This record gives sequence, C-alpha cells and structure tokens, in this order.
Amino acid sequence: MTENGFGAAVRRKEDHRFITGRGQFVDDINRPHQLYAQIIRSPIAHGKINKVDVDAANAMSGVVAVFTGADMAADGVGGLPCGWGITSKDGSPMVEPGHPPLAAECVRYVGDQIAVVLAETLAIARDAAELVDVDYAELPSVANLESASADGAPLVWDDAKGNICFDWEIGDKSATDAAFASADQVVSIDIVNNRLIANAMEPRAAIGDYDAGKDEYTLYTTSQNPHVIRMLMGAFVLSIPEHKLRVISPDVGGGFGSKICHYAEEAIVTWASRKVNRPVKWTADRSESFISDAHGRDHVSHAELAMSKDGDFLGLRVSTRANLGAYLSTFGPAVPTILYATLLAGSYKTPAIHAEVKAMFTHTVPVDSYRGAGRPEASYLLERLVDKAAKQTGIDPIELRRRNFIQPEDFPYQTPVALEYDTGDYDAAMVKAIELADYANFDKRHEESAARGKLRGVGISTYIEACGIAPSNVAGALGARAGLYEVGTVRVNPTGSITVLTGSHSHGQGHETTFAQLVVEALGVDFDNVDIVHGDTGKVPFGMGTYGSRSAAVGGVALMNALEKIRTKAKKIAAHLLEASEDDIEFKDGQLSVAGTDRSVAFGDVAMAAYVPHNYPLETLEPGLEETAFYDPKNFTFPAGCHICEVEVDPDTGVVEVVRFTAGDDFGRIINPMIVDGQVHGGVTQGIGQALYEQCVYDDSGQLLTGSMMDYCLPKADNVPNFAVTTNVTPCTHNVLGVKGCGEAGAIGSPAAVINAILNALSDYNIDNLQMPATPERVWQAMQGNG
Amino acid sequence: MSINVSFTLNGEAVSAHVASRTLLVEMIRERFGRTGTHVGCDTSQCGACVIHVDGRSVKSCTMLAAQADGTEIVTIEGVAKNGQLHPMQEAFREHHGLQCGFCTPGMIMSALDLVKQNPDPSEKQIREWLEGNLCRCTGYHNIVRAIKAGADSMRVG
Repeated sequence: MTENGFGAAVRRKEDHRFITGRGQFVDDINRPHQLYAQIIRSPIAHGKINKVDVDAANAMSGVVAVFTGADMAADGVGGLPCGWGITSKDGSPMVEPGHPPLAAECVRYVGDQIAVVLAETLAIARDAAELVDVDYAELPSVANLESASADGAPLVWDDAKGNICFDWEIGDKSATDAAFASADQVVSIDIVNNRLIANAMEPRAAIGDYDAGKDEYTLYTTSQNPHVIRMLMGAFVLSIPEHKLRVISPDVGGGFGSKICHYAEEAIVTWASRKVNRPVKWTADRSESFISDAHGRDHVSHAELAMSKDGDFLGLRVSTRANLGAYLSTFGPAVPTILYATLLAGSYKTPAIHAEVKAMFTHTVPVDSYRGAGRPEASYLLERLVDKAAKQTGIDPIELRRRNFIQPEDFPYQTPVALEYDTGDYDAAMVKAIELADYANFDKRHEESAARGKLRGVGISTYIEACGIAPSNVAGALGARAGLYEVGTVRVNPTGSITVLTGSHSHGQGHETTFAQLVVEALGVDFDNVDIVHGDTGKVPFGMGTYGSRSAAVGGVALMNALEKIRTKAKKIAAHLLEASEDDIEFKDGQLSVAGTDRSVAFGDVAMAAYVPHNYPLETLEPGLEETAFYDPKNFTFPAGCHICEVEVDPDTGVVEVVRFTAGDDFGRIINPMIVDGQVHGGVTQGIGQALYEQCVYDDSGQLLTGSMMDYCLPKADNVPNFAVTTNVTPCTHNVLGVKGCGEAGAIGSPAAVINAILNALSDYNIDNLQMPATPERVWQAMQGNG
Repeated sequence: MSINVSFTLNGEAVSAHVASRTLLVEMIRERFGRTGTHVGCDTSQCGACVIHVDGRSVKSCTMLAAQADGTEIVTIEGVAKNGQLHPMQEAFREHHGLQCGFCTPGMIMSALDLVKQNPDPSEKQIREWLEGNLCRCTGYHNIVRAIKAGADSMRVG
C-alpha cells in the first residue's frame, strides 16, 4: 500500500478549515449590496388563496419588493419538475400536478410558499413579512395516509382520485400466489415506517446573484448536486441556458438526501435577483427547515412470507402505501418504488416476490430521499418479518437467515424483483459480526442485566442495498428522466501538481481526501500536491452529484478512468523524452522508466514537457496534460452486511438503552477505512434515531407538531453507545476500484436490529409487534398488553 | 433603537453600533465576519453557535449582543495560536471527529469548557456534557474519542 494511497487511513485534507472556523458555507457568503429574503408560508394545510395584500409590507422603510405567485406566473416561470416518472399497473402515468415556486391559487401544506419580501436587512424582511395579509378560504385536509385513504376523503388534487398518485407493482403475482398456495406455513406482519426529517445541521440557504452586464446568473445553494439544480432550474423553471447559469455549492453542512431536491427558494432568489438587479440571500431558520425540507420514509405496509415446513422461504407478498406529501419532490416517486421494492429480495433466495405500492398525496411537506431512501424501508420490513418467522417456526434467527441466504456460488444472482446482484458473501459478514459482538456470551450479559433489574435483548439484521445509483440505461427503463453517470477531470498542472474536478459533491463524506488517495495511487504524486475541486458548475464540466452512496462507485471510477488516460498520455510523452518505445515505458511511484534500463523521467518533468513543449512529439500528440472521463456503470453495486444490537429495557419505565452495537459490513474494497468507519457510525446513529427517537407528527388538521428540535427528538451523544465495526470484503465485480459504497448502510441495517433486540428483551411478554419509534411509552404500553 | 456594544474578540478590542435586538451570534458573524460560529437552530438545541464569553461556553444565539458589552469573547477562530492548532483541534482531526464540519466549531468550544472544568472526563461525562451539542454526521463516537484524546494531551501539554 502506498502511503496516503488506496487503503490508508489518511487524515482528512478538509479538516483544517473546519476546525479553525474557516469553512465556507452558503450563509457565510455575502454579496455586495445584497438584499435579504423572507418567505411567507402557509399557516394552514389546505386553502384557497383569495387575496394576498402586500401593500403594508411594501410601504415599510427598507423593503425593496414583495413578490407573489402571480408575479412569477406573469413572468412565465415554470413549475418545479419531478425527475422520475412511474407508471401505474393499469398503464397510466402517475398523476403529476404542477408545482409553482410560489403558490398563487391554493396552498396544500403548512409551509407552502406564497410570497417573498426583499429588504435591506433580514430584520426588516421579517418584520415586513408579518404585514403581508393573506386571505384564505380554508378547505378540509388530509394529514396522513389513513385519512387520505378514507372514503370521501378531501382531495389534495382533483385529478388524483382517492388521493392516489400511482398504483404500481413489481414481481410475478401468479408465481407468488402459487408459492403461497403450496406453503406449509405463512408469517405476516404490519409495518409502519415512521416519517422522518433529515435535519442536516446546516439549514438550507440560497443566494441569487444576477449580473446584468453579462446577463448571467449565479446561484449559491446548499445542494448535494449543483449540476442537477442547474439543469432542473435552468431548463424547467426559469428558462436560463446552462452557459448563463452558474450554480455553486460550497461547503455544505450535511445533506442525507434532503439537499438533493430542487427547492422553490433556489428559483425564487435567482428570479428575484434579476427583478431587482441585486443579489438576494435567503437562509432558513430551523423552524422553516422543518416545514420546507423534504421529509423521508412514511410507509404503511402489510407483508407475508410463505415458507416450507423447514423454514425455506418460498414467496413474499408485500402491499405498501407510501406518503408523497402534497407535491412530487424531485425524486419522490422513485423512493417507494425503484429504491424500495426492488430490494425486497434482501439477501435471500426467495423465488417468488410480488409487491404493490400505492403512493398517495396528503396535505404535508413533500416526501423525498432520506439516508437510504427506500432501502431502509425494504430492509426493515424484511428483517422484522424474518425475525418474526424465526419466532413462529422456532428456528434460531441466525440459522433461519443462513438457511435462506444467497450463497457465494450463486452470483451473479438474478432476484425476482429486477436486480442482478454481482457478488457477496453474506454468511462471512454475519460470522464476523457475530464474533465481534461476542454473541456467544450474550447469555452471561443477559444474566448480569437481570441482576440489575434490566431486561436485555439481542437483535440481528442482515441487510442488502443497491448503491452507486446509476446505470443510465437501467434507470431510464425504470422511469429516470436523466442519465446517472459521473464525470471526473484530472488537470496536471505544469509543475506536476494535480487539480481534480469531480461531479461528486462532498458534504461530509471526505472526497477531498479519498479522491486524492486515488490520484496518489495512480500517479505517485505527493498527497499535498493534489486538490479536489467540486460543487461549482463554473469549474467542473458536469456531474450528477452525491446521493445513493454513489461517489466512490461512480465518481471515483470516473476519476480512475481519467487518471488512466493521463497515465497513457504521460507514457507517450515519456517515450519521446527517453527516445524509447511507448510499450517499453513503465509508470511506477511517480517515475516513468524504460523497462530493463536505468533510464527514467519523473512525472513532474513529463508534466512540464507537456506545457513547455520545446522537446515534444507535436506531430503525434497535443500539448497539455488534462483528461476527462464520463463513467456510466453497468450495474448497481450491492453492499450488504449484518448488524447486531443489544438493548436493555427498564421494565418499570419502558426506557430502552442501546448498550452494544456491532456492524459487519461488506462495502467492497475500502479506500480509507477511517472515513468508512465514520460513515457507519453516523448511519447507525440515524437508524437508532428512527428506531427509538424520531417521529414527524402532524395533527389531524395538518399542523406539524414536531416543528422544532425541542419537539423532534434527534439522537444525542448519551443516547448511543460506542460502536464496534468490522468489514468483510468481496470486491465489486464490475468497477475497476472494486468498491460498493458505505454512506447509507448504517441507516439501512440498524433499525430492524434495534427493534428485534427490544422484542427479544421482551420475549416473556408475548408482544406480537412493536412500531417505531420505540418510545418509553410505546414500549411500556406494549408490556401492559396495549401494543 | 441602536446601541453601542464593545468587547474583546479573540484578543482584539472591537466595537459596533447595532440594533438593540441584535443577537450576539449575528454581531459576530455579520459585523465582524467571524463566520466559524454557526447557527443551526432557533431553539438553543444544537450548539453550533457555542463560543466562550468570559471563559465560559455560551450559546451565542441565545444572548443579546448588548449582554456581551465589556466581556471577553473567544470564538473558534481564536483557538489556534500563532498558526499552531490547539491540542483539541488536533484531536478532532486525528480522530476523525468531524464530517461535514458544521457542528465542529461549537463542539470544540464546548469541549474546551468541559476540559477546563474537568481535566480528565470519562466517556460518560463527555457524552452527558454534549447534551447541548448536536451532530448529525458522526454518531458522536469519534467526537467522544477526540475530546478524550484532546483532554489527555492538554493535561500532558
């Protein structure tokens, strides 16, 4: 292993600016003569806008303009587009309502944007916003899946009958029915996957900056994918061609999926900046984030598993209702379909699977990706069902899983739900986790807990996920309206330092370090001589951004392909300089040598020759040393693993404490183990948050009750234990790095392990089911027989 | 109403006229351009805005600028001295105690106050101390390790 190369736990390049307070987040940026925007949002879940009176606000000293939906509509501003189309089982397209950045006729959730005030200071903007008088005719609303599904329920959209956006299915229904007909035993479960709010620590922010001299726009925004925002906002909302629109996402303080979407505020500040010919800045406060950032999860499912008498899985049947909120967010429809139901095979050889998904509109914030996006929902459902099957059959939960695992020799494995897994060894990862968790001595710990009056339980979950979100041809066939490749440019500067331009975006993942490690490995240059540039459409040629654990598996491979082009060209230059055949040049440790001789030239000298071509093969080679690669993979990658959780339950209060947590993951080859471990810690904590603490709650009238960090319970430092993590490596077979992705695994595998552990702890109580979050009250009620 | 507020900011005497309702964090960020102190919430939960006022950790989003008149303030920008990172900053880097970096300044400022009060905190004491500092990236595991290591090197140093 090269020092600072592939596999080394290199300390991060980006850390210095963050630990010294020199990071640059969007709210840290101020443009000369900027105005401050305050958005006026609907306080009701559903209503007709009779009148928006902006006169008093406009009259306030320091207010520059107040704009409404009518103003944007008059300018021909388009709606926020949806990036994924789903077709219902009857062949009809999903219902796709318009989504104006500022609502002009009707509001459909608490937080829906109505108007914007622009003022000289934020304080004035806020005061003036209080004076905007909106006259609503309030209408009946539906705040959750149950009320949206009721007979005669109020409609969010008139053309979405029964509030159904689409009614979709996957898998072979008749084969699945046949499997159930021949089954010896069936286990069934009802699952609620609780609605969550991502709560990245940095609230969203956006600055629009129009340059009238050049007729060019710059948008600074807290995005995971600035090129995607440029494409969506430029082409669909504001009709600005790419060469006139630059989107910059500088340091971004966490995303977890909530910063993938194209949001109304991005379009509002960009459009408004031109209207007033001054920069316009908007920063969400946290309360605003709660009612405007896309929410996550929110499924209600019924699942059944058909088994032989020996516990072999024969068939799986799943029926899910998914809440999409009031409008279709950028990737909203893809989450409960392509990213969910295709994962229902899990790590098991279930031969027949059929799933149907009804996606519904409600008068709530739009729902989109949140860490794992669909895959945690699938994994949770399956792993709770398998544990219930173990209990029902009396087969040990580890043994039941092992009996049904897809075996190493089965790969490539075609599942009944569209995906083809390339590689894996699920038992090996599980064995590693079992050993690290000291599972064999659980009984001793159980006794020790009992002596302290605590009920101890252990739970297991063996997940799989599809990452490296790409294959454009597959994604296109499944409804994606864009390609999903990645782009990398390697610019070798004249003195041999390297600037990498990547379409991946780092908002905590550490690309500035891991991508530099790839460069060190490929070119033998010094780690400190490599800089990674990302997050600026004015610098990076193109890119699809970071989500779905795709940066290493797609962006990293694009970078490797560009590096390979650099190596090829460098060899050609070296062959000329050394008067040797190109085929005889070896490139190792930063030196290009003629094989079998002591003649060599340093990479830095090759770079200099490329830019100062005094002695250069101009007849056969262009000067310069810069290469770009677009990479579109052949398949998804399939990280998998085993999570083991131990909890202690206080029987008097129902309080659950996670006392041990172990993860054994297979992420393929690992570029930087320190960073990978950190991703697992964070993901698992979000999963524990979902299992024990987090729940987005609306009341029946559509008011968000968990609208602040005082009401929405995020995991704190004393809510989680230290984590034990290990990895088992089966390299991905279809990318040159052998990497799979690690960003979401923690949030995908952990919730089922936690709930299975609680049910194990309460095994004397005959509790049939327990929904998330397992709050003390919910656990205590279940123990009293009120589950 | 505008008032004049003066204090020492990272060793430098500063002064400004601000609206009386101005929060301390706004004054530090907007008037003095020290943007390392962040605003992550509006209910005093997240701790991204923690600074030191007269040597104690304070959530600067929950204090009026006026209340800081005459005090001595240290922000994350004032922790490293003469280009040398403080041992606590080094520990966060060494132990991967940060990912997106948004909560990090508040975490470090909070950790420094903990170590001042308890030079050798246990893991449990560190976790309890961080009650007022939220991180969504790290799962706290490496933050806790970093603070322990930072405290260790501060005792040695």
